[in-house]
Amino acid sequence: MCTTIIEQASIEGSGKGKDGWFSVRQAHVSYDHPFHAPLEHALNIDFVNEGQGLGARVAVELSVESAQKLVATIQAVLAQAEAGGWLAAEK
Amino acid sequence: MYQTDMYEGMLAETVMHPGANGDLINGYMARPLGAGPFPAMVLVHHMPGWDEWYREATRKFAHHSYVTLSPNLYFRAGHGTPEDVAAKVRADRGVADDQVVGDLAGAMHYLRALPYVNGKVGIFGTCSGGRHAYLAACRAPGFDALIDCWGGRIVMSQEELTPKAPVAPIEYTKDLSCPILGLFGAEDRSPTPEQVAQHEEELKKHGKNYDFHMYPNAGHGFFYYDRSAYRQEQAVDGWKKIFVFLEKYLSTPA
Repeated sequence: MCTTIIEQASIEGSGKGKDGWFSVRQAHVSYDHPFHAPLEHALNIDFVNEGQGLGARVAVELSVESAQKLVATIQAVLAQAEAGGWLAAEK
Repeated sequence: MYQTDMYEGMLAETVMHPGANGDLINGYMARPLGAGPFPAMVLVHHMPGWDEWYREATRKFAHHSYVTLSPNLYFRAGHGTPEDVAAKVRADRGVADDQVVGDLAGAMHYLRALPYVNGKVGIFGTCSGGRHAYLAACRAPGFDALIDCWGGRIVMSQEELTPKAPVAPIEYTKDLSCPILGLFGAEDRSPTPEQVAQHEEELKKHGKNYDFHMYPNAGHGFFYYDRSAYRQEQAVDGWKKIFVFLEKYLSTPA
């Protein structure tokens, strides 16, 4: 690993991988060399289910600017959902 | 050097060989056909894993008459595509330095014992593999030549040290027992030109045999033809320097 910058979170949801949909249980977020994006370093997110083997993985590799936009967009959507009363109703 | 009227053949296959703690791990090996004796090389893969580029590089060294073994340093993480395995290792914050040194020493001893090897074994690595190759050449006696291509984190701050990487490789410089060729890009951020200069100063201080080259207009990974980092002119020159260096230090039987 060249930066070893990584954080992990336990999550609940589903992801669509090479074999179709599966339950995702962990998100691994790193800033390190990507496999595919044409960048020296990228913000990499692996949505995985460690109980289903190494292939149970949905990967994205983002530029820093894109990652920041994504974070802001998620926060904005969640804020709208909360303002509309949707989050309280589903907790 | 190869001539068009020469016979040429190569065997390339997966093998199992001893690694750290007596474990057996797999490796990709390529060797020129013939009785030899040939010099040998250990190839240390980079952070993206034991991937196609490293298989191709293994065959490239064999084409240049080196019996070449690229150990799978991620063997213990499980099996899948090289990317899926490397992603798992990335999530685990890499592999432990002690384990890697043991795996690379195992590869060296495996090669040296082969009847068609001339007794000389070099080591080559890129990116994290350059760092690991440096660690192995310092901590595992027996390597005869070392090529470090843009190995990052050889110089590390106290804050960067981890249980898996508890000592900065530069601290082992006094124990380096073979000549080193270093190839770096002036636009790299890991290692930065300043870190390379610090490393060079340490080698000089301990009287080591080193040959460092800093390529302008190149960053990290400028050999990788499948990445935007590729720099044709610098890569061609770098490969030329590698084979001149290896001829000098590995061609004479031990």
